[in-house]
Amino acid sequence: MQTIPESTQIDPMAPVPCKVTAQWDVTEDTFGLRLAAPAGYSFQPGQFNMLYQFGVGEVAISISGDPAYPESLVHTIRGVGAVTKSLRNLRAGDVVGMRGPFGNSWPVEQAVGHDVVLVAGGIGLAPLRPALLHVLNNRNDYGRVVLLYGTRTPRDILFQQELQEWRGRFDMDVLVAVDAAGRDWHGSVGVVTKLIGRAPFDPHNAVAMVCGPEIMMRFTGRELVTRGIQPSMVYLSMERNMKCAVGFCGHCQFGSAFVCKNGPVFTYDDIGDLLDIREV
Amino acid sequence: MTTAPVILDRAAIDAMIGVIEGRGHRVVGPVVRSGAVVLGDLSSTADLPVGISDEQTPGRYRLTARDDEALFGYVVGPSSAKPFLHATGVPVWQGERTADGSFATRKPEAPTPVAFIGIRPCDLAAIGIQDKVFLNGYRDGVYGDRREGVFSVVVNCVEPGGTCFCTSMGTGPRASKGYDIAVTEVIDDEEHWFLAEPGSDAGQEVLAQLGAAPASDDERVRVENLLVDAADRMGRGLDTEGLPEAIKASMESPRWDEIAKRCMACANCTLVCPTCFCATVEDETDLAGLEAQRVRRWDSCFNEEFSYIHGGSLRPSTYARYRQWLTHKLSTWVDQFGEMGCVGCGRCITWCPVGIDITVEAAALAAAAKEATHV
Ligand code: SF4
Ligand code: SF4
Ligand code: FES
Repeated sequence: MQTIPESTQIDPMAPVPCKVTAQWDVTEDTFGLRLAAPAGYSFQPGQFNMLYQFGVGEVAISISGDPAYPESLVHTIRGVGAVTKSLRNLRAGDVVGMRGPFGNSWPVEQAVGHDVVLVAGGIGLAPLRPALLHVLNNRNDYGRVVLLYGTRTPRDILFQQELQEWRGRFDMDVLVAVDAAGRDWHGSVGVVTKLIGRAPFDPHNAVAMVCGPEIMMRFTGRELVTRGIQPSMVYLSMERNMKCAVGFCGHCQFGSAFVCKNGPVFTYDDIGDLLDIREV
Repeated sequence: MTTAPVILDRAAIDAMIGVIEGRGHRVVGPVVRSGAVVLGDLSSTADLPVGISDEQTPGRYRLTARDDEALFGYVVGPSSAKPFLHATGVPVWQGERTADGSFATRKPEAPTPVAFIGIRPCDLAAIGIQDKVFLNGYRDGVYGDRREGVFSVVVNCVEPGGTCFCTSMGTGPRASKGYDIAVTEVIDDEEHWFLAEPGSDAGQEVLAQLGAAPASDDERVRVENLLVDAADRMGRGLDTEGLPEAIKASMESPRWDEIAKRCMACANCTLVCPTCFCATVEDETDLAGLEAQRVRRWDSCFNEEFSYIHGGSLRPSTYARYRQWLTHKLSTWVDQFGEMGCVGCGRCITWCPVGIDITVEAAALAAAAKEATHV
């Protein structure tokens, strides 16, 4: 007869109730949600949580807070589906379900001693924020730090105030491009890949971390490699449909990987070829 | 534990069912429902498809009458152990609102452990494959709660079915592990008996209660020959040598488009497959919003919404969905779990409404990939 040792860990599928400590608008369709994390909770930059709205549904959301303060668990969410729209109605004091953190993380340890190039497209800046905050918290450990950020219009720019602060620092470079803008926009217009050539970093000593729509990552990965960064030093965070986050539901598969547990972060070396194939 | 095989007759099989039931199992085995052999509740051999056989070809399944009283004279029908262990439509957890505005979850109760009577070697191997999915690292509650305490009486196959290719996949026609008792049925004009071998202490305990005679050397040799013969008569095959790599090299093969012209993306193949594990969840509440549960249902990579992320499906085309399915079964599964996700049961071939044959498609892809590397 088959006996399987009862695992001691808590059911990875059951959400834990967490108090909402703040909710705020970030852009027209994007909002911030801060939770009081359960005792002992910690996360690595690049990991994600599953947020559950009682009876409505569950959705995978990357953590966008500062990993040095894991008890204050910040998410930046685009309210585009039924669950995320419902999460937008939460207010401080409400309770939301959470399980996590899941997935692997940005290579902030491996990047020590290297230039760090962060390339974000749209909401992709949210999962990169913990990596950037970690780098800035430990600024002396890294070489040059560059953030390249592309989004649709100036109104869609996330973390406006913080971006201003980052821009004002002498120890990092911030380049922003939008797809379309009116006359009052004085920055770059175009795709984020165009910024790569202008960014000050040493490709032979750089680690890149990229997050955005798949097509943006395909071209960004290619461009970074063309500029001379090793494919194994280019990290990309993939997005896939996720129902379980622990390798049970099969939805998130990308080639041999379960994005939920083998990813979301992969090197261009590992997935560059697959990114070039349609409908993987 | 002694592993000496014993000889049973039909009455002893009935007694065995009684003993197993007495050990606290829900006894499940092959029964005929709506013109097919499926797994259902069983209380005696009278419930089995006695004297029945099946004809299986790509896209076709039919029951036929045998001219004997064989208890296990057919092969696998559309259902496997999957509905019992990787159950569909059952809650993953249940919860309720609490007075302070929060909520609490609870684990659903575990059902009575199932005993499979007459499960086939391929389906037993499929349980082993799903064990690696659901009990590796994280433990899946729905699966784990049902898997624990399972008792299996496997029936080795002396007559392979029309779409079977278990020999290629190394899963049959004889079970090599994972069973409590392995039975082989021997029937001809003169005799009808079963050779039963224990595969675990529990299996040994059950057999010991039947007071059966040990098998003679002649009887053992007879069974041995029948099983070797069955392997030789396997009508289909799949050359697995180098196949995972060949399929990976075929991502942009025109063959996928050609298959997509036939495939209706109906998902039948994934539903009948004993190893396919993909599932979705639905969150439900009562009208008052006080009780909630998350229900898990089988899903399929053939469904358009399966790969949906905001903005649309990542695999809108049928070719991409069939490619995902076959590539997962025969190639990427090996990277994920160290073996292929196919046991050679042939169900996806039989139950495909247009008769698409995984062995034919895999061989064609492999041949084309081989040719491509030789030019
Ligand atoms: S892929 Fe087809 S032959 Fe293989 S285990 Fe699944 S249903 Fe059976
Ligand atoms: S291969 Fe056959 S059974 Fe599978 S989805 Fe296509 S038509 Fe349906
Ligand atoms: S999200 Fe379910 S397997 Fe990855």
